[in-house]
Amino acid sequence: MTRTHVIETRGLTRRFGDVTAVDALDLDVERCEVVGLLGHNGAGKTTTVRLLNGVLAPSGGSARVLGFDPMHDGVALRRRCGVSTETPSVDERLTGRAGLRFFAEVFDVPPARVERRIDELLAAFDLTAAADQRVGTYSKGMRQRLTLARALLHEPELLFLDEPSSGLDPVAARAVDERIAGLRDAGTTVLLCTHNLAQAQALCDRVVVLERGAVVASGTPTALAADLGASIEVRVAARLAAVTDVWALLADVEGARRLESPDALGGEPHEVRFGASDDAAIAAVVRALVHAGADVYAVERRAPSLEDVYFALHRGERPAPRAGATEGVSA
Amino acid sequence: MNVRAIRAIVVKDLSVLRHSKAVLIPLIVVPLVMLLILPALAAFAPSLMALPGASDLSAMLDGMPAIMQERLAGFSDDQRIVVLMLTYLFAPMYLILPLMVASVIAADTFAGERERRTLEALVYTPTTDAELLLGKLLAGFLPALAVAWGGFVVYAVVANLAAWPTMGRVFFPTGMWFVLALWVAPAVAAVGLGATVVVSSKVSTFQEAYQIGGVVVLPIVLLVVGQAAGVVVLSTVFVAVLGAVFWAIAAVLLTYGARTFRRGELMARA
Repeated sequence: MTRTHVIETRGLTRRFGDVTAVDALDLDVERCEVVGLLGHNGAGKTTTVRLLNGVLAPSGGSARVLGFDPMHDGVALRRRCGVSTETPSVDERLTGRAGLRFFAEVFDVPPARVERRIDELLAAFDLTAAADQRVGTYSKGMRQRLTLARALLHEPELLFLDEPSSGLDPVAARAVDERIAGLRDAGTTVLLCTHNLAQAQALCDRVVVLERGAVVASGTPTALAADLGASIEVRVAARLAAVTDVWALLADVEGARRLESPDALGGEPHEVRFGASDDAAIAAVVRALVHAGADVYAVERRAPSLEDVYFALHRGERPAPRAGATEGVSA
Repeated sequence: MNVRAIRAIVVKDLSVLRHSKAVLIPLIVVPLVMLLILPALAAFAPSLMALPGASDLSAMLDGMPAIMQERLAGFSDDQRIVVLMLTYLFAPMYLILPLMVASVIAADTFAGERERRTLEALVYTPTTDAELLLGKLLAGFLPALAVAWGGFVVYAVVANLAAWPTMGRVFFPTGMWFVLALWVAPAVAAVGLGATVVVSSKVSTFQEAYQIGGVVVLPIVLLVVGQAAGVVVLSTVFVAVLGAVFWAIAAVLLTYGARTFRRGELMARA
């Protein structure tokens, strides 16, 4: 493991019978990085978290987390990690405060600090008023926030968040996102497993996309889009007037490509939607339209999102290999 | 060993139990019946002897093995019935208490924890598998011991009070009962824990674990029947040996249970 790598796996594999849940995973996460682990249900995200915490033994490969081998130094490792599980995993028969107190004891938070730390977290997650109510009376959002509070009790260096916004309403989800951003800004390393692509785009320095346990792409959303050849999506509102075949006109502009079927134009003014490889291509299309006699009212430019990248990967597109790359995709 | 974590697990599990009716009801009702109602009723046994159909009890008394007849010698007929019931016949039934308490709690803290999906948070804590297991075993064992020993005291008081009109003196506990309470009852609790740990590793709900684990009550039922039929006579030596056998069974079950209690295995099944 290099000095700055908080997580480093090489060929990490876990099989359950005939099913390979994690398949030769190469993953590097640096200190203070927020890395998103994306993938469908069953892609291997939760199994990866379990492997990295020494909860599950790997079938093959190796892992170092915070300098520890998870299987041999699991206790020391887990003392420095926080895990927010996908299922809130909170005992409904305890009060929120009692549940946190239990985990503070188990995580060996100094006794003199336990109550203060619990109060801090209850306040931070807006749970103070409900602290002495049984968790069974909590809403899903409150349980999720309690789970996050639990993961932070011992001020971990490395945080694993497994679907932290699952089932939350937009307000609660935003509050969770803000909290994660705050942790990132405070220097906590975060591995974020999520289906929420907007959340990953907003919070993650890098994303790693898993499919059937294997990494199919990794990098920043922008770099991934470039690697996949995803284009900028452009919408032009224009009165086409004398322009009889806008698609033919687009075909003549280098770097522009049609995104819709030829008969998709409608309304007045028309909306022309096309892909552009770069800003020069956008300008060229606008110039061509004006030159052909169209009146251009508005141009809207949308850079490729993580969602575009994700669905491109889902369609089977793969990033172009970079210079120096050998085989496979590592993260 | 992380004593603080183990203590926290015990306190948490017991705290959770206090809010579970499914667990609390048997833990309250059964001791009430066995420690208060049954010994109190036994005090009326001599009166019942006078009722029609009570000859069965007299016949049973007369049909007891010689060694039992010997032990009951020196007592009046009424006293013989009281001593037979409170000292001998109820002795194996008393063992049901620690067994049941340990089994119910263990089913809740092992299988129940998985059923409630609270296990996952626990496996991410900085505890070893042994500490997790020990915490959960103690959460079942300590209440079982408290009920067994507290129950022993309550039973002794109720038995002496209820039988006072017949006995006219403090006749209980006997030496055999001290061995039963201090040596055998903890062993039986350990057997209940071990069996439930093993069963819990194979099932996914509290009810399944409790019901399947309940088969360990069979040896105790056999003791009850055996004694009533005059086949078995509890003595201090017999009870001491019985305790050793139960401890041996508990050791086997707990060793096997500990092997199955690996957080990786638990999560692989979750």
